[in-house]
Amino acid sequence: MNDQAFTIDDHPVPFRRGESIMEAALLAGIYIPHLCFHPLLEPHGSCRLCTVEVNGKPLPACTTPAAAGLEVTNDTEALNQQRRTLLQLLFAEGNHCCPSCEKSGHCELQAMGYWLKMLDSPFPYLFPRRALDASHPAVLLDRDRCIFCERCVRASRELDGKEVFALAGRGLNTRLIVNSPSGRLGDSDLEASDHAARICPTGALLVRGEGFRTPIGKRPFDGKSLSETCLQRAAALLKEGKESER
Amino acid sequence: MEKAGGSSPEEQVTGILRRHGTDPSLLLPILQEVQKRFHRVPPRLEDAIAAHLSLPRSHVEGVVDFYHFLSHERRGEYDILLSNCIIDRFHGQQAIQQRLARELDTPPGRVRGDGRVSIGETSCTGLCDQGPAALVNGRAVPALDEHRVTQMVSLVESGVPLERWPEAMFRVDDNVCQPGPLLKSGLTPGEALNAALGGGPENLLQQLEQSGLRGRGGAGFPTGMKWRLCREAAGEHYLICNADEGEPGTFKDRELLRLHAHALFEGMTLGAWITGAEKGFLYLRGEYRFLREALERILDERRDCGLLGESICGVNGFRFDITIRMGAGAYICGEESALLESLEGNRPRPRNRPPYPITSGFRGKPTLVNNVETFVAAAFVALYGSSWLTSIGTDASPGSKLISISGDCARPGIYEFPFGTSVEEILEACGADSPMGVQVGGPSGSYITPQEFHRRLAFEDLSTGGSFMVFGRERDLLEIVENFTAFFAHESCGFCTPCRVGTAMQNRLLKRIRNGEETGAEALELLRQLRETMIGASHCGLGKSASNPVFDMLEKEPRVLSARATSRGRVR
Repeated sequence: MNDQAFTIDDHPVPFRRGESIMEAALLAGIYIPHLCFHPLLEPHGSCRLCTVEVNGKPLPACTTPAAAGLEVTNDTEALNQQRRTLLQLLFAEGNHCCPSCEKSGHCELQAMGYWLKMLDSPFPYLFPRRALDASHPAVLLDRDRCIFCERCVRASRELDGKEVFALAGRGLNTRLIVNSPSGRLGDSDLEASDHAARICPTGALLVRGEGFRTPIGKRPFDGKSLSETCLQRAAALLKEGKESER
Repeated sequence: MEKAGGSSPEEQVTGILRRHGTDPSLLLPILQEVQKRFHRVPPRLEDAIAAHLSLPRSHVEGVVDFYHFLSHERRGEYDILLSNCIIDRFHGQQAIQQRLARELDTPPGRVRGDGRVSIGETSCTGLCDQGPAALVNGRAVPALDEHRVTQMVSLVESGVPLERWPEAMFRVDDNVCQPGPLLKSGLTPGEALNAALGGGPENLLQQLEQSGLRGRGGAGFPTGMKWRLCREAAGEHYLICNADEGEPGTFKDRELLRLHAHALFEGMTLGAWITGAEKGFLYLRGEYRFLREALERILDERRDCGLLGESICGVNGFRFDITIRMGAGAYICGEESALLESLEGNRPRPRNRPPYPITSGFRGKPTLVNNVETFVAAAFVALYGSSWLTSIGTDASPGSKLISISGDCARPGIYEFPFGTSVEEILEACGADSPMGVQVGGPSGSYITPQEFHRRLAFEDLSTGGSFMVFGRERDLLEIVENFTAFFAHESCGFCTPCRVGTAMQNRLLKRIRNGEETGAEALELLRQLRETMIGASHCGLGKSASNPVFDMLEKEPRVLSARATSRGRVR
């Protein structure tokens, strides 16, 4: 049973030993914005959207263990402004064309834009040139939309027992690479049913033939806000995970 | 095109792999050897390397692609990298580079058509006291001038192997201008060890604690406490000396490694004795490859006299040895957890902390990590007692600090000052006449204006790893700050959003301001926004400190920016 608690924005949040602030928050129905975090994956801490203040110190909620008595600040204008800046940086860094992207309405990056009320990016767009990989019959890799959250990297390793993706380069030259002799997705052992193929929060990895199965207007983030959808999904997955651990 | 040398590239790589064994943590040394042999890491050989080490191919590719001194594309047989540190810039690096490019008919960033030579830039090489400097196939060539360029060009064109270039070209001066207690102290090999062994481990820990010795890397963690905590951690231990001094303008470890190598290794061996570590690493920055041979010789000497290896100083069960590992052009490896990742053969991405290395370091085991100056000082505390340190300095910062002074002063070089010395006194010592300002602690440190020259070198005031760059009144502060932002953008590991994109964005904005493409006010607001986000959300110290130079300029010399604001408005 939950034997201890901490607070998020003054709300008491119970937790079990070993849970992160993020996990405890999601299970308690409190939304902390995130992109690289996924309930089924080891926490990563790279997107930094989930940065909260823990006893006054900025820390990512996904990698910080919950502990009794912590005072966590999450939903404040200052933190949300910081999240908006991070999001603006992500949009300026890649090539994101929401209106023509088939992930629109399914896309967490786009939904985060709405959730944080991001209207534009004041930062100069960098318009990088990144290679598109259409070599796989069932999955498209459009690097223009990659935000380097490594969800696919981790999902392939942790959930699929493969090692299909990795990061290479550094700084702004960081790039997503494929583990195959040719470096092409078509020569890797990725399958469309893999978690890695379906876990991308943006439109960088798209399973072919499904793009318009759900019409625009009826997609997860079209009606509901990101926080609502995320809380439902995450709570279910986290509970499932806890059940299977027993 | 690869030099066959009698056998195919595949066979040559097999030879390299066989020599190193199958431990995946040896990936970096293997790649360094491959790069040296082929002037690149040929992508088609990555499969063999990956298979040999049981790593995914993409892991090998990701590591090669991270380090500046490794490359998939072929570099020239003579690969010339010039230091673009602001001090080297001010010493004429760009003119030298243009001259080299012209005379060698090789545009910077490219390899000449015949594969003979390539020219590029690299971050500070630790030779700002005798710059501009270059690395030729990793070997440092300081004091570049027209004469030396002519010499280099003719050596390259006539294909003289690097080993047969005149020794004088590689001569690095020590430039020790003002030695203090640490630089003046010496020890006979084994002396500090024998002194400590006589008193027992608790006594040494108490000496270190009483001495008040704090880590000399800049963060200032109490050394005695670190050693004690690491000793108390359960399990197999490791020990690492961080000799990856990459902060631009820092070069004092260069001389400690030459003049005090015995004291350094003695300090490391003492750390091993306290913690029980049997394996130690000296992680030496790639730019200091020229120091390696001498260091290996000293390690051999110490093995020969029973100061490393089995039964050190005749004590049964006291077993320890040190391996030198080379960096490969990545500033981030100076961050201790990134250094650990590098040693393990991974992409050097700083870890989430806690846990700290004292409980979970190399391979997840308790690991004692200190820098060069700290280990040297620890050896002298062991030998002379805590009073050796407490007799000078301030209460919160006992002892002295080594400073690398470069830039616009009469006597650049290495200085040792007691903690508590003012900037003013330091400027006087090095012969800097009414400078515009001083950058203390490198790009990630602070810009100090004349109004602050009374400030003191100490953990409680100006804390620094040792970089001290003097800027004369003729210098353009905006150029300096742009150079610093370029440095951070180049060295960001790319893991977290605020640093990966923020450092690049900062640099872009600064460039636009310098070119008059951005009015002051708008850019200023964006820079402020970036700074808050980079400090508030970055994963490690690089991102958190990367906006310091910009902020210092905005706060301390706002005129610099407003002077550039043009009536042209914002141009995209």
